[in-house]
Amino acid sequence: MKIVLNNRDEEINAEVVTIKELLEIKNFTFRMLVVKVNGVLVKKDRYEHVYVTEGDNVIVLHLVSGG
Amino acid sequence: MTFEEIKDKLSHFKIGIAGAGGLGSNCAASLIRAGVKKLVIADFDVVCESNLNRQFYFADQIGVLKVKALNDNLLRIYSNLDIDFRVLKITHENVKELFQNCDVIVEAFDDKHEKQMLIESVIKYLPNIPLVIGSGMAGWGDNNSIVTEKFDNLFACGDKVSEINEDLPPIGPRVGIVANMQANQVLEILLGKM
Repeated sequence: MKIVLNNRDEEINAEVVTIKELLEIKNFTFRMLVVKVNGVLVKKDRYEHVYVTEGDNVIVLHLVSGG
Repeated sequence: MTFEEIKDKLSHFKIGIAGAGGLGSNCAASLIRAGVKKLVIADFDVVCESNLNRQFYFADQIGVLKVKALNDNLLRIYSNLDIDFRVLKITHENVKELFQNCDVIVEAFDDKHEKQMLIESVIKYLPNIPLVIGSGMAGWGDNNSIVTEKFDNLFACGDKVSEINEDLPPIGPRVGIVANMQANQVLEILLGKM
């Protein structure tokens, strides 16, 4: 399926994946993230329950300390 | 636009700044110099010696509440400002009340858990207000790694990866670059592109 991930077109080798699976596929190993799917916030405890399908717009924002 | 027109336009907007540390204090100073007059700034901390390497405070302000010291310092740049400074810890519960009347919100925390809390709260309670965050500015050098990326109405400034630790402390130049990128992004949101 084709999705948009962080403003870039991505081809994912599956028809549907959970957020948790998508993070594993893309090797996002960072701990502190903000995730949105089609503009809707997905909190960490929902990563296994929210699905990404064809055409979805996914944002995975990685946060590090410092300021 | 002339600078007079820019100042006049910016003076009508209110900017919320979450945190008065390295990002918040420098971003606030930059916004005030550009012509912003109305700020809401929240922080509960006091100035300490280790802050002076990057934050807009002075040695004789050690021990003073940051929002109080920042208010004093900003008023030394321009005297006719309308600064609503709040001595409090920003939480999920008070984000909406604090920033609901702002035109743009600047995330200016140090800790990534706090950053996440603020971002999630703004997305949940104030989704229509643009949010400008800072992530990744520890250490020194590597100017060209620092960028701004737009995600919906969230703008992320920083190099996205360099996290502070004992051997990679936050220091004036890179923190100041990101604070000023945040201020510059606020101007672009309010004034439009050049």
